[in-house]
Amino acid sequence: MTWLDKIIGPRIPDSVLHRERRRFRRPTLLLGTAALLLLISIFFPYWRIRLYAPQYPGGLVAKVYVNRVEGDVQEIDGLNHYIGMRPLEEAAQLERSLSIILIVAMALLAAGAIYVHSPWAAVLSLPALLYPLIFLADLYYWLWNFGMNLDPRAPLSSSVKPFVPPLLGEGRVGQFRVVAIWDIGLWLAILASILILVGLYYHRKAYKPFYEAYVRGELA
Amino acid sequence: MKRHTLRGLTGLALAALLIGLIGCRGGGQTGAVVSEDPVEIARARGLSPADVVAAVKTYQPTGTYDEYIMFASGGHSGQVLVIGIPSMRLLKVIGVFTPEPWQGWGFSKETREVLAQGNYDGKELTWGDVHHPALSETNGDYDGQFLFVNEKANARVAVIDLRDFETKQIVKNPLSLSDHGGTFVTPNTEWVIEGGQYAAPFEGYASLDQYKEKYRGLVTFWKFDRERGRILPEQSFALELPPYWQDLCDAGKQVSEGWVFCNSFNTEMATGGVEKGNPPFEAGASQRDMDYLHVINLRKAAELVEAGRTRTIKGFKVLPLDVAAAEGVLYFIPEPKSPHGVDVSPDGNYLVVSGKLDPHATIYNFQKIQDAIANERFSGRDDYGVPILDFDAVVEAQVELGLGPLHTQFDPNGYAYTSLFLESAVVRWTLGGPWAEKHGRDPWTVVDKVSVHYNIGHLAVAEGDNVNPDGRYLVAMNKWSVDRFANVGPLLPQNFQLIDIGNPNGPMQLLYDMPIALGEPHYAQIIKADKLHPWEVYPEVGWDPTTQSRHPAATRPGEERIERRGNTVEIWMTATRSHFTPEHVEVRKGDRVIWHITNIERARDATHGFALPGYNFNLSIEPGETATIEFVADRDGVFAFYCTEFCSALHLEMAGYFLVRP
Repeated sequence: MTWLDKIIGPRIPDSVLHRERRRFRRPTLLLGTAALLLLISIFFPYWRIRLYAPQYPGGLVAKVYVNRVEGDVQEIDGLNHYIGMRPLEEAAQLERSLSIILIVAMALLAAGAIYVHSPWAAVLSLPALLYPLIFLADLYYWLWNFGMNLDPRAPLSSSVKPFVPPLLGEGRVGQFRVVAIWDIGLWLAILASILILVGLYYHRKAYKPFYEAYVRGELA
Repeated sequence: MKRHTLRGLTGLALAALLIGLIGCRGGGQTGAVVSEDPVEIARARGLSPADVVAAVKTYQPTGTYDEYIMFASGGHSGQVLVIGIPSMRLLKVIGVFTPEPWQGWGFSKETREVLAQGNYDGKELTWGDVHHPALSETNGDYDGQFLFVNEKANARVAVIDLRDFETKQIVKNPLSLSDHGGTFVTPNTEWVIEGGQYAAPFEGYASLDQYKEKYRGLVTFWKFDRERGRILPEQSFALELPPYWQDLCDAGKQVSEGWVFCNSFNTEMATGGVEKGNPPFEAGASQRDMDYLHVINLRKAAELVEAGRTRTIKGFKVLPLDVAAAEGVLYFIPEPKSPHGVDVSPDGNYLVVSGKLDPHATIYNFQKIQDAIANERFSGRDDYGVPILDFDAVVEAQVELGLGPLHTQFDPNGYAYTSLFLESAVVRWTLGGPWAEKHGRDPWTVVDKVSVHYNIGHLAVAEGDNVNPDGRYLVAMNKWSVDRFANVGPLLPQNFQLIDIGNPNGPMQLLYDMPIALGEPHYAQIIKADKLHPWEVYPEVGWDPTTQSRHPAATRPGEERIERRGNTVEIWMTATRSHFTPEHVEVRKGDRVIWHITNIERARDATHGFALPGYNFNLSIEPGETATIEFVADRDGVFAFYCTEFCSALHLEMAGYFLVRP
């Protein structure tokens, strides 16, 4: 048995498959749905921040997707230049350019875990599992980076001191009340993570006995 | 001191204290009332229950919008006023015939070109006597797309685009320097009608003793192209009329669609000359008992024009009077005595002519007019060969309304409202025929009158001159305000009064007085606000409002530049909060300067101004707009240009230097 065989794990005999269909379908469905959710999340905003001030009766909004920011970006950039914050376009440029490819890769890896009937399935699923955490950490980094590095020569530098915009919940910037929420895309990614965890549990339950037999050489 | 003195003094002190306490309690008349109770406040301000009702019916709390929008003539300010109803708040003054610095109207190259379209023989005209606005119609109902307005002093018509409430075109009538019966539109706005007023020769000179032969009246039909949003002079024509001093017109609708009606008030053909011992115009033009209502078959006239039965005068097509008289395009109907308005009822069948010098409204029945024409029920022809229909064959009713009836509008319940100038009142009366079912009362009868202050000219009812009036509100456009407002010196404002006509069985109620402080307005149009869909910002960055398309000099961020070609310097500048780019513009004295500025903002209300001191420029540049100024830098020195429309916390810093080297 090669090391590759050990990684890929055993194939379940047809007779067993037919008999205990549900046991093997469960991890497949869970991991598959997780992968699908990850792909779908690309089309939805992950994070949304609303800005409220008297002069803006409808409020302003910035919607963060995995590869772009939509909403009142021009207006927000215009306001930000008074306090010395850089244009939103300049944030997370590397992440934006790579995000879709990386998400597709993570989804494919998680889907691949369906076919890997060994503990290595967990390794394949790990990126997708950790993804929401990584996204939030990265987002927090950029919020901190942009909010704490204000240009001291900006017109309102004496009125608005460096700050960190909220990752979740309320905050204040100048005369603006800001409210940040986690949006559909992020929730889909979090749901995908949960499904992967549950899926891995059932994966282990389904394949572990076969894997151990396989490694001992008792299976074909 | 003695005991009784002490007692007396104590009593006095106590009494004083008591009086003081009683006097201080409560509001009193002139002292500041500290109360939030509406009844208390009303009482303290001397308001009657009717006053409070009027206030509640008109007050519009902050952030809420009026139900109707009124476009009113700005009179001889040359502009059009936009007023909200029922609050009667002035929302905007649209620059039309007169340069207006707040909106940069007549200061940018683009807007000066529009104004120049109205020049008379190359002479710049900087004011207009705006009279009657007309909203564009589709199937006889207001569609909220365009507003047309005439200007009596020089015979001009303007086209205003209601996507941005700005004037796009001015046409100068080549054959006349006087109009009045305009603007009115046909039910699908194919034609914009401009009726003339004071007769004169179409071209050249003729002395007054040749009045009958050489002087003529006219009504001009301007072809409107809705796609392009422009009047097409080359497809327009004028109908030559006798010099009877035509007055007001209205287009037929529903059953009378394709016909146009105009009245006149000097069929006497009086020529005045009080200084020569002749009767003055006011007497001479009022001698006869009857003048002529002009009944014009516009459809037939247009066909004859298509067929080439025209003369061309000053490059403009004219359908001659003799052709019109012979071919059934023009008919006259006697109308009592120097009348003023002719107003067509919503079903198109009744033409209401207000007497002005006769206390009656005379109502003609269009079906009867058609029959009379078909059966040639003529009582004769006038001096120009125009057939005169027999009065009794076409009149439906005459209603005695009061003194000085002028203009009539309608509501959906079969009521007509006419202004009475001499009586200073508005009269409500019932229509007959099929309308009798709607109001269930005696037809052709006066039912109510309300005094107005003072001397009403036109009135406007909400959607009151289209096929589907709303009724509910009526605005009386009064010429004299006299004592209605605090005295502001000898020149007094006019008075628009809002009247509630929503209860057909109840009295009409005066709601609100709105002083008009910049001209003598004439007519107005009131449209339901939700029919208007103006833009919030221009559709893209680099927009030319005068062509409603992308401006050739549109400048996006990063594209700003200054180019020199010989003695011409061209600048492409952008404006955003809070800077112009570039901030330095350097030229040599004598250079020709072409300066474009684009507002690159996309947020609502983010307008920037642009003033160039010493060179007399002020622009208003709305989000997305590109505007241009063009001039010769004939004065050297240093000129600080700046944003004139308060845009941001750093508005004062939004400036730059224009340096003209000697």
